[in-house]
Amino acid sequence: MNNELLNEFTFFVLAVFVGIEVISKVPTMLHTPLMSGTNAIHGIILVGALWIAAGASSPVTVVVGLLAVILATTNVVGGFVVTDRMLEMFKGRQAAKTPEAAKTK
Amino acid sequence: MTIVYALAYLLAAVLFILGLSQLSSPRTARNGNYTAAVGMVIALGATLPQLHFTGAGAVIVLAGVVVGAAVGIVGARQVKMTAIPQMVALFNGAGGGAAALVAVAELLTFGPHPPIAQGLPSVFSIVIGSVSFSGSLIAFAKLQELMTGTPITYPGQQLVNGLIAAAIIGFVIAVLAIASIPFSFLSLMVLALILGVAFVLPIGGADMPVVISLLNAFTGLAVAASGFTLNNFSLIVAGTLVGASGSLLTKLMSDAMGRSLGNVLFGAFGQVRASAGAVAGKEGRSVRTSSIEDLATLLAYSRRVIIVPGYGLAVAQAQHAVRELADLLEKRGVEVNYAIHPVAGRMPGHMNVLLAEANVPYEQLKEMDEINDEFKDTDVVLVVGANDVVNPAARSTPGSPIYGMPILNADEAKNIVFLKRSMRPGFAGIDNDLLYDPKTIMLFGDAKDSLTKLVNAVKAA
Repeated sequence: MNNELLNEFTFFVLAVFVGIEVISKVPTMLHTPLMSGTNAIHGIILVGALWIAAGASSPVTVVVGLLAVILATTNVVGGFVVTDRMLEMFKGRQAAKTPEAAKTK
Repeated sequence: MTIVYALAYLLAAVLFILGLSQLSSPRTARNGNYTAAVGMVIALGATLPQLHFTGAGAVIVLAGVVVGAAVGIVGARQVKMTAIPQMVALFNGAGGGAAALVAVAELLTFGPHPPIAQGLPSVFSIVIGSVSFSGSLIAFAKLQELMTGTPITYPGQQLVNGLIAAAIIGFVIAVLAIASIPFSFLSLMVLALILGVAFVLPIGGADMPVVISLLNAFTGLAVAASGFTLNNFSLIVAGTLVGASGSLLTKLMSDAMGRSLGNVLFGAFGQVRASAGAVAGKEGRSVRTSSIEDLATLLAYSRRVIIVPGYGLAVAQAQHAVRELADLLEKRGVEVNYAIHPVAGRMPGHMNVLLAEANVPYEQLKEMDEINDEFKDTDVVLVVGANDVVNPAARSTPGSPIYGMPILNADEAKNIVFLKRSMRPGFAGIDNDLLYDPKTIMLFGDAKDSLTKLVNAVKAA
């Protein structure tokens, strides 16, 4: 096992524990935005997609690269935007609650 | 310069972790999403100057980003909140597909004998990414009702799935040990796509959220594997974070249904028929119905009302109607709360999103543990489009498929009102004794219609 691979493996194992630790604190109420938010984060595959698409030269790599960039960008952009839409409402409710609660009483 | 890029990727990874930890509270959650997005921008910004563009490469990167961003923004903006789970499935599938394609492109550059440190993560990424892609599309089709939500099973299905899996393992060995040529790794991709479809077909629509969460974890792991191939730490960390958190979330979701993950994924084989028999055996018992006016009077003169919203409420788009009823009752001095079961809606937390959209005040939404002791002091429980989450069989009938699932103690209330389309059992496919309870009143019909009529009747009461 070379040094780089060992480093990568270390990062991998530590990230497993960090992932579990961070997520176990999230309440059920936020699980849907959470799933959507983590979904956006794995859109980082766009880094890889850009890498292969930028150097595309043959027809095959052009097609594969183009598809990969489209899919990955959809994942990143759609993921963050839809998560924000959900969380915006959560916040709006908090802000709106005081006047509204006062009105209904 | 490489140091700067490496530090930028590290910063991106740190921001992802911080963003996720901010998601643990509704106050900071939105900022958490921004934090993660900033991390993404930094990772992409650090990548761009390192790329060596060919002519065609520059064109497809630009075109791909424009098209992808347009699809992502339009999809994310247009989607209705009830359809969030299938939208997440689509975005997740896109990520899985991208991971598989990146791995294919990598293998194309390595030639017939890739080093194992690159070859192994690449084939892993192809298999897992492809399963995630096609599986997510089926999950989308099931939730969007483009196809039946009932489990699709046929004799010998497990054998067929097993053979596909065995063929995949065969091609993995072929790619790594014999020759990594387009024929072998493209066959691998096609087989993995088929496996993704075959894997999700026998799982019922109600269990799709668990599947989506699992496939989300799969995509994360495929992305982490790409990180190994490309020697990129930010991909490894981000992908692994999602893989780990997705796995945990998947487990939490199956726990909330009182089932093991294995039972969710493979439970369809043979189980459906057995429960159908149990339903037939209980027909012929009578239920109590009532007029809208009587129900309105009952509600209007109660002290405490708890609303139990279920997926049926979301289907009927009745969130606003239910809030209107709750507001009206509160004006009359009735104490109204919502009891949110962990699996209410289509995935955990989905009901909170739907009710937030209808501006239901935050503190009225009570989680199960918080409210379960209060049912016994409650005059009316209004169950709207829910069934299994209040089925006492989960407590009392050891043979029942939902036995052991934590439920809301609706049966302890003085009156229970069910707003349901019909006597049809819930997703678990089992009869609910509570429907036949003498304390229970059934109000049949579309939830939105019924609620609107109740609102008008309460106004008159």
